[in-house]
Amino acid sequence: MIPAAFEYYRPKDMAGVLSLLEQHGDDARVMAGGHSLIPMMKLRMAEVPHLIDLQDVGGMSDIDIDADSIRIGAMVTQADIIDHADLADVAPILREAALQIADPQVRYMGTVGGNVANGDPGNDMPGLMQCLDAQFTLVGSGGERSVRARAFYEAAYMTAREDDEVLTAVKIPLPEGGYAYEKQKRKIGDYATAAAAVQIVNDGGTCAAASIAMTNLSDTPIYSEAAGAALVGTSVDDAAIKTAVAAMLGDIDPSEDNRGPVAFKKHVAGVILRRTIERAWSRA
Amino acid sequence: MSKKMHIKLKVNGKDEEFLAEPRELLIYTLRERLNITGPHIGCDTSHCGACTVTINGKSVKSCTMFVAQADGGDITTIEGIGGPDDLHPLQEAFKEHHGLQCGFCTPGMITRAAKLLEENPNPTEEEIRFGMAGNICRCTGYQNIVKSIQAAAAEMNAAKEAAE
Repeated sequence: MIPAAFEYYRPKDMAGVLSLLEQHGDDARVMAGGHSLIPMMKLRMAEVPHLIDLQDVGGMSDIDIDADSIRIGAMVTQADIIDHADLADVAPILREAALQIADPQVRYMGTVGGNVANGDPGNDMPGLMQCLDAQFTLVGSGGERSVRARAFYEAAYMTAREDDEVLTAVKIPLPEGGYAYEKQKRKIGDYATAAAAVQIVNDGGTCAAASIAMTNLSDTPIYSEAAGAALVGTSVDDAAIKTAVAAMLGDIDPSEDNRGPVAFKKHVAGVILRRTIERAWSRA
Repeated sequence: MSKKMHIKLKVNGKDEEFLAEPRELLIYTLRERLNITGPHIGCDTSHCGACTVTINGKSVKSCTMFVAQADGGDITTIEGIGGPDDLHPLQEAFKEHHGLQCGFCTPGMITRAAKLLEENPNPTEEEIRFGMAGNICRCTGYQNIVKSIQAAAAEMNAAKEAAE
């Protein structure tokens, strides 16, 4: 498969990227690892007359951990996440999720920034970032701004990022308590039929806080505030989990595709969320 | 057609320079421009891993990289890993342990396995299966591929110990 022709740019700094974006508007796209964009270009489902490769723009490949937050540069790859021992200590859910994304070759190239900025409902990091209440840093000609992951996704491939902005980093408050990322997929490399991210705090046998987000069950990731709230104040027993699952099912809106009909997806979403809550609670 | 770019690559230790459209995919550069036909095109959709090469120390599916992205890169293909008169321990082990039948996936398998053993010289069976998950084989059922990689790892570790 051969994509349509494009002009290729490899600017050395963000000023160069922003001036190209300003010049070419929505005819230009930035590319990190390219493992979402290139397949779309090969299928000619994405037309990119001006392709801006970010590989030579510095300052976006670091993982910084301080007393209360984590900053992950947009060009950090899934392989970098998996290999970073300090990150696995403070936020093990990131490694657990990254290990379930695609396959080794794709994880060497695929980046956190690309995964969250792309806006594909099948990507795993958006739901995870909503669970963790991350903030995305966007840089444009007008300067820098932050958008909460929970407010970033508008529809499939539609996000709060403007055409002339670049997502440069993800900032995550240090997560607390138990965690789990569970993903049901048909095979290695597939997107989720259903996936769930859970962080949960156990205070002497009672759930003190719970955050729940779901992947690939709507045209955006779904942060289910109601599902988390259903667990708070309980001992996370069977009845509480049933209530949480029912609340989550009220928030998702899956559509039928080659992963199955709507009823099946709802069923799998319930099974996966139960499993994720139980595992996160066992670690809390 | 877009403007051609001046591309420089190092492939299996040899410097290559040519003009190419940026949209040219690396697998086509290797196979059709440079006549390096070890990496294969299986699915052309970044699933099967038959086109796997090593670029700048990473295992990459060369059907999912533009030649423009690879510009300046250092690439190793199966041809750079070993040849008929000088088989790499992985090639020897795949031959010995029936790690292939039709052989179509084998260049990608071995190129990926070489990188895996570089990162983890003594992998468990589970680590091999996980580390090789981006390469699909439709003949062997993987059992003998895993055995071959285990055998190669043992052989390479023994050779390293003997050298020390």
